[in-house]
Amino acid sequence: MLAAAALMALAFQKRVLAQGYDYPFVNAYEATVIGTPSIYRAELPKQVPKQELGLTVFPNRRIPELFWYHDQLRYTVVRQRQKAPLIFNIAGTGASHNSRLMQAMEKIFYKAGFHVISLPSPTHPNFIVTASETQAPGLLADDARDLYRVMQGAYEQIAHSIEVSEFYLTGYSLGAAQAAFVAKLDEEAGAFGFKKVLMINPPVSLYNSVEILDGLIDAIPGGPDNFNAFFESLFERFAAIYRDEDFLDLTDDFLYFAYKKDPPSEERLQAIIGIAFRVSAANILFASDALTRSGVVIRRNVSLSTLDSLTNYFKVSVRVGFVDYIRHLLYPFFEKRRPGVRLEELIEESSLHAIEGYLRGAEKIGLMTNEDDIILAPGELDHLRSVFGSRARIYVKGGHCGNLEHKDNVADIIRFFGAGWSGL
Amino acid sequence: MSRLLAPALLLLLAACQSVPAGPGAVPEGERAIFEYEDIEQRDVLYTIDVDDPLEPLNRGIYKFNAMFDRAIFLPVTELYEFVTPTFVQDRVSNVFSNLSEITTFANSVLQGKIERASRALVRFLVNSTIGLAGLFDPMTSLGTRQQSEDLGQTLGTWGFPAGPYLVLPILGPSNLRDTLGFVGEMAAYRAADPFGVASFEGDHPEILALRAVDQRHQVGLRYYQTGSPFEYDLVRLLYTRKRQLDVEK
Repeated sequence: MLAAAALMALAFQKRVLAQGYDYPFVNAYEATVIGTPSIYRAELPKQVPKQELGLTVFPNRRIPELFWYHDQLRYTVVRQRQKAPLIFNIAGTGASHNSRLMQAMEKIFYKAGFHVISLPSPTHPNFIVTASETQAPGLLADDARDLYRVMQGAYEQIAHSIEVSEFYLTGYSLGAAQAAFVAKLDEEAGAFGFKKVLMINPPVSLYNSVEILDGLIDAIPGGPDNFNAFFESLFERFAAIYRDEDFLDLTDDFLYFAYKKDPPSEERLQAIIGIAFRVSAANILFASDALTRSGVVIRRNVSLSTLDSLTNYFKVSVRVGFVDYIRHLLYPFFEKRRPGVRLEELIEESSLHAIEGYLRGAEKIGLMTNEDDIILAPGELDHLRSVFGSRARIYVKGGHCGNLEHKDNVADIIRFFGAGWSGL
Repeated sequence: MSRLLAPALLLLLAACQSVPAGPGAVPEGERAIFEYEDIEQRDVLYTIDVDDPLEPLNRGIYKFNAMFDRAIFLPVTELYEFVTPTFVQDRVSNVFSNLSEITTFANSVLQGKIERASRALVRFLVNSTIGLAGLFDPMTSLGTRQQSEDLGQTLGTWGFPAGPYLVLPILGPSNLRDTLGFVGEMAAYRAADPFGVASFEGDHPEILALRAVDQRHQVGLRYYQTGSPFEYDLVRLLYTRKRQLDVEK
């Protein structure tokens, strides 16, 4: 009886969300690549008063010359003039503190009256070099400890210049999963006592998600070996638009424009996502390999400098992918520290299953995702529904983070941190 | 002969055995798990490969530029942005941008692109008069956007190959053709001295400095912004492809 009522409630909620939700892309890959065209976006301030700051996390750490420019962890702070709640935002896989989505979220939260601290993903090379204790990111519990340390350092650095009423936390993609682990850590350590935490498009199992994303490169016509020919064909498409229209910029709206002129096939979109992910994975793999001397793509007796050509390392790293980063770098690295640990255990630890009990009871944590999020493996969406129940907002479309800037999503984000979703 | 070979073989064998990893105990010649030689496709032109015979020098200059940017160029630009109202910044940008129509006009003529040349001419005439010496840009409001042509593009249209990739001190990514174009343009600008602007700038180096700061102000890029260890390669690829398109269009 109760179950039937719950099912009906779920079905009802789904229909409400489907009705009148005018996010334009029904194809998850289109949504993921093109995002939200500006006519569907929430109205946000054009600029917010922000400042980029550097934080020295480990004063005694020697930065190799190859990474000389990553001398400090870089983060952004956006301040309100008066006393206000402060929200920490964690970027998605491989993204920096000022990636496009991070900047959009700064505007969302600034408009809603928050101070904002934007942090790079623990998988961004700047974080790996300066703020990761192991310099081999990917284990959620370790990444959360690193993030927590950075949050405290960053807050300490700016505390004199802002008045904070309460603390909040959010993150998108991998950053969402990390936010959940940080929230749990904070329950014990208590540095912030987060009032509410919102996870936006998280993976359930990091391994499942990277396996899906790694595999997208197979969508290249003729397979990954055909990458160069595929790139040339993409380039030719952009060249044709540039010749016809005489303008070229790589904003979402330009992609939308190109899309409307000649919608690309689903395989092509998958391949584009796959390539973008592989470049991120290559950055992580190469940086971590250089720092931990794991010998995955760089010989362990080789020390590279800024004058050395890295082009061939790039070619290899792009081909290796994230799954092999986990298998050949992350796992051996932690096996040395925790003898006998099995790969399956590490994979389990890097999933929301590892903190499921906490998530089920954590009333302050909300979830926002999409039915067609491409990073979720079969069954994972239902798992999220069952864990978060009424604390989940699940849209019928949007792909992976494609609809984050849609006006309805922005309104829901702001409502979550204000009055909350109950009663919706 | 064999006396030499045997120890060499032994060494090789030793190198092939997996040795427990410990810091400082890395055997010489131990291979990485994935190496370029294992995946190299000999019959394929790699997209990421760009003709770059001076790569070590270029990488050094890239690093120098990044350090210069961080220590001097950006702080000066940020100071300029802080003390100057946005309205004034935009007027400064417009004036320099209007002057560049002269370059576009000359190069469009050299390339035989009459429509482009007349567009640049009309833009220059209207923006210099109604637009108050270029302070304002009424032509863009009327739907006639600026299009740029430079001597590098002209040389490309004439069939000059791009030549090797170069990173110029402070100026950044370039190639041999664009560098020659830049030098030629500077010389022509001095010689032609349109409306006495060049000689005025010669007498007033602060105008040149303002032009440089204005350009830095308009370019949103920051060195190492991508965070990628492969940024040099990615920038090199983007620059090369962008210029290829500029010449083709």
